[in-house]
Amino acid sequence: MLEHTDILIIGAGVVGCALARALSLRTDAQILVAERACDVAEGASKANSGIVHAGFDALPGSEKARLNVKGAAMYPALCRELGVPYRQCGALVTAFSEAERATLEKLLRQGEENGVAGLRIVEREELRALEPNLSPEAVCALEAPTAGIVSPYELVYALADHAALNGVSFLFDTPVIGIEKTPGGWLAVTPDGDIACRCVVNCAGIDSARLHGQVSAKPLHITPRRGQYHVLDHPETPVFRHTMFQCPTAMGKGVLVTPTVHGNVLLGPTAEDISDGFDTATTAEGLAEVCETARKTWPALSTRTAVTNFSGVRAHEDGGDFVIGQAAPHCWEAVGIESPGLTSAPALAEELAAAICAAEGMTEKAETVPPLKREKPFNEMTPEEQAEAIRRDPLNGRLICRCEVVTEAEIRAAIRRPVGARTVDGVKRRCRAGMGRCQGGFCAPRVVEILSEELGIPMTAVTKGGGASRMLVGEI
Amino acid sequence: METIRKALVIIGGGPAGLAAGIAAREAGVTDLVILEREDEAGGILRQCIHNGFGLHRYGEELTGPEYAARDIARAAELGLGIRCGTTVLSVSPERLVTCVSKQEGLQVFEAGAVILAMGCRERPRGALGTPGTRCAGVYTAGAAQKFVNLEGLMPGRRVVILGSGDIGLIMARRMTLQGAKVLACVELMPYSSGLNRNIVQCLQDFDIPLYLSHTVTDIRGRERLEGVTVMEVDEHRRPIPGTETDFACDTLLLSVGLIPENELSRQAGVPLSPVTGGAVVDDRLHTGVPGIFACGNVLHVHDLVDFVSDESFRAGQAAAAFLRGEAPDAPAVEVRDGEGVRGTVPQRLHPDHDVTLMFRPAGVYKNAAVVAESAGVELARKRAMIFTPGEMATLPLKAEKLRGVTAPITVRMEVKENG
Repeated sequence: MLEHTDILIIGAGVVGCALARALSLRTDAQILVAERACDVAEGASKANSGIVHAGFDALPGSEKARLNVKGAAMYPALCRELGVPYRQCGALVTAFSEAERATLEKLLRQGEENGVAGLRIVEREELRALEPNLSPEAVCALEAPTAGIVSPYELVYALADHAALNGVSFLFDTPVIGIEKTPGGWLAVTPDGDIACRCVVNCAGIDSARLHGQVSAKPLHITPRRGQYHVLDHPETPVFRHTMFQCPTAMGKGVLVTPTVHGNVLLGPTAEDISDGFDTATTAEGLAEVCETARKTWPALSTRTAVTNFSGVRAHEDGGDFVIGQAAPHCWEAVGIESPGLTSAPALAEELAAAICAAEGMTEKAETVPPLKREKPFNEMTPEEQAEAIRRDPLNGRLICRCEVVTEAEIRAAIRRPVGARTVDGVKRRCRAGMGRCQGGFCAPRVVEILSEELGIPMTAVTKGGGASRMLVGEI
Repeated sequence: METIRKALVIIGGGPAGLAAGIAAREAGVTDLVILEREDEAGGILRQCIHNGFGLHRYGEELTGPEYAARDIARAAELGLGIRCGTTVLSVSPERLVTCVSKQEGLQVFEAGAVILAMGCRERPRGALGTPGTRCAGVYTAGAAQKFVNLEGLMPGRRVVILGSGDIGLIMARRMTLQGAKVLACVELMPYSSGLNRNIVQCLQDFDIPLYLSHTVTDIRGRERLEGVTVMEVDEHRRPIPGTETDFACDTLLLSVGLIPENELSRQAGVPLSPVTGGAVVDDRLHTGVPGIFACGNVLHVHDLVDFVSDESFRAGQAAAAFLRGEAPDAPAVEVRDGEGVRGTVPQRLHPDHDVTLMFRPAGVYKNAAVVAESAGVELARKRAMIFTPGEMATLPLKAEKLRGVTAPITVRMEVKENG
């Protein structure tokens, strides 16, 4: 037996971590999160558009529509509380022909039915003034002022930290192979041993339908749908102020062009149904398709300033909606959480946590711990604040990542967080060291050294992203 | 916030910053400081443990650290202040230089003159848009060089090198000497971007094949790199279907270009050249912002450190002259790239003394001549058996020829028929 817990959550993506946090704020029950990867947010949660959708896309009456609108409304306060970069920049869905105007009108009606506030059609003249870089072919656009952008992985890190502060444990590198019924609850089988629990929650993303099949006769099937993206360096002046969508298709919301909360430009995604849900490779065809499609929105697009490209795989359940609830006695699930999953996660977690606590008779939490105060990044400080930060900790005077201006103190803090970074990529996503235009060319060796010091492991044992992804193969 | 007055602030303590500082001090500037972000001066030379440095300047072959040590020793002799572990955060057009360090915290220098000597960085994978997985084992050649030469750690055992820049070639040999197997060096262009001597000494001497007009089109491996696909490209640099070759390797080193690191220059309002990626300067290495000078790889990427030092000496002297209040006698004349010539530096010159133009040939030219002319009058001509983009070319202009020149000067390649 590896572990014993009251509640076992399988999967440490945004859903698993939001649920862990929500549960930890409600109940004193023991909560354990088992994650196959080496860190939280390693699946679709780290590799998506980072959009807080307004909620006009989903069909009225669907779980997607309801949780999207409810989740989006929770974002401003949640991000403020957790100190996560979020900006309500609004979204524009552009029509490039009069025929597409009908689509916008349908989206507007649908959005209003879903309860989205402030939707309106913006005509060409105003549109040009709002977004001068938008293609002159644009006829009109649907404006959704409640849409926003968020750093998706930073949200998950903050959710996980807050959950950990409230007693949640995380087990990484622990894939759950199967779930078995026991007299006292459930047993999760992993390569390193079994985890016994009173109740289990399947938040396994791409793997969630497989686990569902082990406990329920109701068939669910996930089609892994890959999306590829380009990331461009911070432009000197923002290219677009809003998240720019094109008219949606049967495969999803199409290719968007959006600023990110860190000032980069993000282009994508494609929508390709693939067989291997863990295949996050990009392809020449996919990346070319992103550019070609994005040019319709932004004719002057050039990938000359490209910083990187990536892909993520969304868990598309064939029924097209989220599947949330009880799969079997004491076995709960959130399956098929694709877009707008990031937006919906806070609401989904609240509702599911409430349902689990009520149904499973979990004890109420006496006292909760507030989230850690987010330190302002050194890069965003005024010179006076920077001077003060160095007085407080001289390691702030030592810059490791020159592109994104990240200090040694910030890198050490990223590793020392409650659910801290254990890999080079984990450091990168937590504090942006290596995220810039040189992509770690200068700072990666220093980051490896700091990880080795902080984790007490040799430099040759430091990995890029867990598993066999060692940065170095040995000494010379 | 307290500001510290300094006659001269030099940003960067690599070979460029050191030479600029030495020259400025020798020209009488005593109140100067060199700001270096690493814990030691010397810049990228610190990790270049191979030899071949100093042939032009000293007539002998030094290693990178040996070359740097001579400048550091001279700087010490002159009592130059070198502040290591100090990163510059910003430079304003008014020459306010804000920097941070562990020891001194945040400081603002109010400089009479500033010399930009920040060097360059390597183009990373993302800039190429190479598709595939984001596994471990893909490094720029310089990052791998730092691991091997400064940390004593091996980044991999079976290596493919993309790009034939000099650092990539040097690392092909270095990795081989450390027991790694270097399977191939793959170059997109039909010619190498590295020095010919490095092709011979680092690839040919070790039987490492160089694939010209080829590129890496796929990167495989979920965790650590497992292999890459290499394809031949056509004259438009597009991969030719059917030419795929797979290499099983655990390491891909990138040597696909160097980019002058001009983020600070941009903040200071220094106009940059889209061709060189560095500042637009005159023959005094003076940028478009008064009192701000640029030299070395931050200005344009050099092949040899000897030429970096030479250019930087001139920048140091020019900054000293500026601080003495001296200004050129003649108005500046524009210098333009003509046919077959890219990135001529300086981009404008005062025709009052000898000036050497530096540029890169736009392609391979055999049995050709490079010509400078102004208003139809030839100012200088230089013949060579071969001009290639991998080797920076120079063209000296004599003061007597320049006298009275006011029309723009064009530098172009002249190729003999059937040449």
